[in-house]
Amino acid sequence: MRRFGAFHLAALVAGFAFLYLPIVALVAYSFNASRLVTVWGGFSTHWYGALLSNQPLLDAAWLTIRVALVSATLATVLGTLAALALARYRIFTGRTLFSGMVMAPLVMPEVITGLSLLLLFVAGDVERGYWTVVIAHATFSLGFACIVVQARLAGFDRSLEEAARDLGATPAETFRTVTLPLIWPAVAAAWMLAFTLSLDDLVIASFTTGPGATTLPMRLYSAIRLGVTPEINAACTIMIAAVAVAVIGASLLMKRDALAGR
Amino acid sequence: MNRDSSRPEAAGRRASPGSVRRDFQPWNDPAAKPLVEFRNVTKRFGAVVAVDRLSLSIHAREFFALLGPSGCGKTTLMRLLAGFEQPDEGEILLDGIDITAVPPHRRPVNMMFQSYALFPHMSVGDNIAYGLKREGLPKVEIAARVDAMLGRVRLKGMEKRRPDQLSGGQRQRVALARALVKQPKLLLLDEPLGALDKKLREETQYELMDLQADLGLTFMVVTHDQDEAMTMADRMAVMDHGRLLQIAPPDLIYEAPASRFVAEFVGDINLIAGKVTAIEGDLVTLESQTLGVIELDEDAPTCRPGDALTVGLRPEKIALSHDEPAQAINKVAGEIWDIGYLGDMTMVQVMVGGDDGKLFKVSLTNRTRRIERPFAWEDKVWLSWDVEAGMVLAS
Amino acid sequence: MSTPVPRSGGTGRGLLVAAIPYLWLLAFFLAPFVIVLRIALSDAATDQPPYAPHFPGFGQLGEFLSALDLENFRLLGDDPLYWQSYLSSLRIAGLTTLIALAIGYPLAHAMALAPKRWQGILLVLVILPFWTSFLIRVYAWIGILRPDGLLDMALMGIGLTSEPLRLLNTDAAVLIGMVYSYLPFMVLPLFSTLQKLDGTLLEAASDLGATPLTTFLTVTLPLSIPGILAGSALVFIPAIGEFVIPDLLGGSDTLMVGKVLWNEFFSNRDWPLASAVAIVLLVVLVLPLMLLQRARGQGEGGVR
Repeated sequence: MRRFGAFHLAALVAGFAFLYLPIVALVAYSFNASRLVTVWGGFSTHWYGALLSNQPLLDAAWLTIRVALVSATLATVLGTLAALALARYRIFTGRTLFSGMVMAPLVMPEVITGLSLLLLFVAGDVERGYWTVVIAHATFSLGFACIVVQARLAGFDRSLEEAARDLGATPAETFRTVTLPLIWPAVAAAWMLAFTLSLDDLVIASFTTGPGATTLPMRLYSAIRLGVTPEINAACTIMIAAVAVAVIGASLLMKRDALAGR
Repeated sequence: MNRDSSRPEAAGRRASPGSVRRDFQPWNDPAAKPLVEFRNVTKRFGAVVAVDRLSLSIHAREFFALLGPSGCGKTTLMRLLAGFEQPDEGEILLDGIDITAVPPHRRPVNMMFQSYALFPHMSVGDNIAYGLKREGLPKVEIAARVDAMLGRVRLKGMEKRRPDQLSGGQRQRVALARALVKQPKLLLLDEPLGALDKKLREETQYELMDLQADLGLTFMVVTHDQDEAMTMADRMAVMDHGRLLQIAPPDLIYEAPASRFVAEFVGDINLIAGKVTAIEGDLVTLESQTLGVIELDEDAPTCRPGDALTVGLRPEKIALSHDEPAQAINKVAGEIWDIGYLGDMTMVQVMVGGDDGKLFKVSLTNRTRRIERPFAWEDKVWLSWDVEAGMVLAS
Repeated sequence: MSTPVPRSGGTGRGLLVAAIPYLWLLAFFLAPFVIVLRIALSDAATDQPPYAPHFPGFGQLGEFLSALDLENFRLLGDDPLYWQSYLSSLRIAGLTTLIALAIGYPLAHAMALAPKRWQGILLVLVILPFWTSFLIRVYAWIGILRPDGLLDMALMGIGLTSEPLRLLNTDAAVLIGMVYSYLPFMVLPLFSTLQKLDGTLLEAASDLGATPLTTFLTVTLPLSIPGILAGSALVFIPAIGEFVIPDLLGGSDTLMVGKVLWNEFFSNRDWPLASAVAIVLLVVLVLPLMLLQRARGQGEGGVR
């Protein structure tokens, strides 16, 4: 009954062509020798060389990575704590407000999050720059991290923790030796997600950053507004390659983990 | 329900009427100090009373079984002992010390979980060593004790495996070993054999009994399987709605149930309603609507003439014959409605007192290989039983 | 024993674990909204940048409150630009959702039917574009949709069109970009719903005489409604507030709230008005979500 027919194959091919052709075209034109996007001037890695000497772009990339590393770590710690609190303690004062605040960033338009955080920083007279972007990113990716960890906790067999307690482990030891190792894949996935969200973010960073702290998406955005150039294509290609390597590496790691254990 | 008396290694476990280990009856010794004591313990979950003003004593080296239908509170009772739940009222004593406020990890009580709760991210060896590491024992001692335990539960060579690489029976033994290696004063076993198939369950029952006797430990098993409870336990308790209805050795539970619920819950039973007409010494005479006059022998009967009461009659205590048994005091005629052939025995349903009368269950042991059976559907037959067979049940 | 035993939750420890993220969110999520609300209610003149956060002491509270008014909200109602941008956002987000559903459903269905050993790879292939930058994906479409871009080259190359389509900077380009960007959000919940569908149900339907089409319409489709709803919500909600796509792919006449807010803030520097736009957008988003949540709560008898 569940047959995979020609129609389904067509749906798959068309769907994935739609998803991937634009990216393939973008990557292809990063190797175009010609500055004009419409003309194929032969294969060249000229634009990658140009990127390497584009100091503002490199600075922005480095800043973006630093923001992402710190904000992802913050968001993962906070999100994991929030997930534990929500999964484990059914009733506590202000639980509804808490879960509302955790989940809100998932549906909150970035323009609103950005605007409100900026107004907070202005109101608190905080100098805007690296740290304000880190706080903003940690706040909005916290909810995503929380969801990922919560999904893992939902399938968590509580009797494992009880067994640990029964065998003499204190609550802290139980968390360290049983709970954390078992939710670790979700915590790692949450970190990856938060890291990518931070790398990717243009809107919130634009609102909350200050002079001297321009992130890569902000640089790319202003470059794109000026027009399409193979140099941007080259920058994009590098980012795509980095993500592809990271994702494939992570999935290989997980596969090895799955083979070694579990 | 018979004890396996052919196992010489199970010392002191010879089948004998009255008690399993004849000399082991600390519960009858008023001077004996119990290992575990529940004093008027109550535990509520919202409006549900899971454990209701319950008192219970368990003695050292006892194999105690808690039997009851789902939701009767037996798992809660066990979790109270392990420390996962706090009683709302009353106190729980271990070795005479109130442990109500002691957190689970400081109690010398270990539990084997129904789901086994084996840590999936640790090897068999690490699972068993887990509790010893928490005690901060030297590595050498941990390794030695784990190794000895692996031998005991026949898992040598498996210590590097992960729980999901084991069979159900092996996982069960890891769970047991992990709890036993801590040498707890009291081992709690929550449906320890529930996940095993029938053959394995029977074998494992005897293994558990041997382990308990050899290690001199106290076991408390929670189960809903009466065969399991009766096979293993020195004493068992029948629980319902948060209360213990009877605490006694298995044979007493079966042959002298304290109430109608216990009689019906443990084993099959035929219930007869009747009115007491006369009492002479231990002999009680009753008048029953379906059966007419019946007599039964009751130790020091407490009922009085005129009392309405229920008499219980186990199916295997009833004899079946085509001809009227001349000698029998208690006898009644009926018609066979159903025959269930079970291999080792046959369960016959006999209608007594006409088509709207009462169905009686009679079990016959199939002692011969004769294929032609002596009884057939619609046979007119006689039921008869001794005066000792019937038991008066409190409702 | 099979009886579920209610767990006792230690309230004290729960608060401790929750306290850190709780305080963080109070400081960086709730407090900002109070400020947004406060600024939305103030006059453009007093809160123009360089903006001074003049929060009053208790003595001046009455004076402070009387200075607040709904002037900015009145402006939002009076100027058609604003309410038209809300309507336009809803329209574009709605169309995006429908198109994403039309493309995503067959894709998810095919993935769910594909051999098991393919499914993992197909799933990664759907998720992978999500990991690449949003900006990059939008940029890729500029190269395709711009006049004499790849699409025009392809279409004119095979002779389908004779002149550039001029798709870039139109609402159509915005729709394409939105569908492209949000398609994975539609496919993933649909796939997980369809994959869990019990194959024997389809066999039962066919055993009872249903054609493949009838089986799909009477069994598969109704059972995948939760996935359709989840996917639609995941596409619709972020699409409403979207800024980057309408800004880069849309034209000057493309009206979307996100863009309006951005312009009020960065170009016109009217912070109070931008705040008012944000508050209304929030209400537009949150109200239907709360209604949905309540409907779902009642559907489950209010017990969770």
